[in-house]
Amino acid sequence: MTAIPLPYRVVETRPETADTVTVRLEPVHEALPPFAPGRFAMVYAFGVGEAPVSVAGILPDGGLLHTVRAAGAVSRALCALAPGAVVGMRGPFGTGWDLPLAAGDDLLVVAGGIGLAPLRPLVQAVLAAPQGHGRLNVLIGARTPDDLLYRGELDGWARPYCGITVDRPGAGWRGRVGVVTTLLDEALFSPAGTTAFVCGPEIMIRATARDLLHRGLAPDRILVSLERNMHCATGHCGHCQLGPLLLCRDGPVVGYERAEPLLSVREL
Amino acid sequence: MTRTGLFSTIPEDHRDRLMDLGRDVAFPAGARIFEEGSKADRFWVLHTGAVALDLHVPGRRPAVVETIGAGELLGWSWVCPPRQWHLGAEAVSPVRAWEFDAQEVLRLCEHDPALDHALLTYVVGTIGHRLRSARTRLLDLYGPYGSGEPR
Repeated sequence: MTAIPLPYRVVETRPETADTVTVRLEPVHEALPPFAPGRFAMVYAFGVGEAPVSVAGILPDGGLLHTVRAAGAVSRALCALAPGAVVGMRGPFGTGWDLPLAAGDDLLVVAGGIGLAPLRPLVQAVLAAPQGHGRLNVLIGARTPDDLLYRGELDGWARPYCGITVDRPGAGWRGRVGVVTTLLDEALFSPAGTTAFVCGPEIMIRATARDLLHRGLAPDRILVSLERNMHCATGHCGHCQLGPLLLCRDGPVVGYERAEPLLSVREL
Repeated sequence: MTRTGLFSTIPEDHRDRLMDLGRDVAFPAGARIFEEGSKADRFWVLHTGAVALDLHVPGRRPAVVETIGAGELLGWSWVCPPRQWHLGAEAVSPVRAWEFDAQEVLRLCEHDPALDHALLTYVVGTIGHRLRSARTRLLDLYGPYGSGEPR
């Protein structure tokens, strides 16, 4: 972890959807310490500002992939970067997906919208070492078929199940329509030996966790990634406080046994 | 099949009586199973495949509002007046299902209060689940920031 941003160069950009871009970055000189799936970097668009962005890909050469959705001034600036541009990077920050916790378990990876980005390196880690786990199920919810991320990769994620559902189908869509939890009926897992990794809007996280608890998963086997307004990323400024947690330090990934009581408090 | 969905909620002896009324049917992909506004005189419990529920929009292709899959109930408009389908249904993929004649089932329920209660409890639960799903999707959670908020 560094307090001063290190320069990283944009070497490639790939549009994912109309408002979302995956940026590939490489260190100009010194690289940040190694990232792990679920952790995030503070990415500084010079002259605009800094934003937390989860790592969407960890490359063997030290490069990083970040998938950014244009939602505010900083993220719009990051989406507009062209190859050759330089950004500042701090990190890695936060807790990651605890994959060793799930050793031998069936895996449920449940993503909503841009929440698929932090889960992508987790899926890749599982695919790279499949003997360490049981069945991999990836469940994806998106607004429309055009809003799906990583479309070229999804077929390879079905080990054995990768389901997609959308809220608003366009013409020609022959897949599922509805909330992401409806895909749980199709996934292949034994609740007593399953670990779930969930990322998306908090309402979707709560609905998914509730359904998983009902199906028999233990709360501490449901790992969720939470989002708050992160500024310093070092646990000092308090902007990302959620009850007793500072999510930049104690999160973003927390077990649902800790998250559930906090998410049920109004305006916390 | 008897361990999931509707059949798992009904006590075994009552379930057997219900199953006596069912028949195994199949629909190829693309088949229209029922049309919006027509008489709702049957229901199905899907065994395999998926069915899209759609709404007629004048001048446009039908808008798919939800899909349902294996183990789920297809059709509840037969339960209460006007007993017309609120939506249309089309097989998205090859479908196998148990088909039930609604009148026969309602007659059976008149003489079997336990089955009647279990069946209605399941149907109401299904309607509630789909209502919650629809309301959640109204929030447009995955949309641009603020797009689902009330104006």
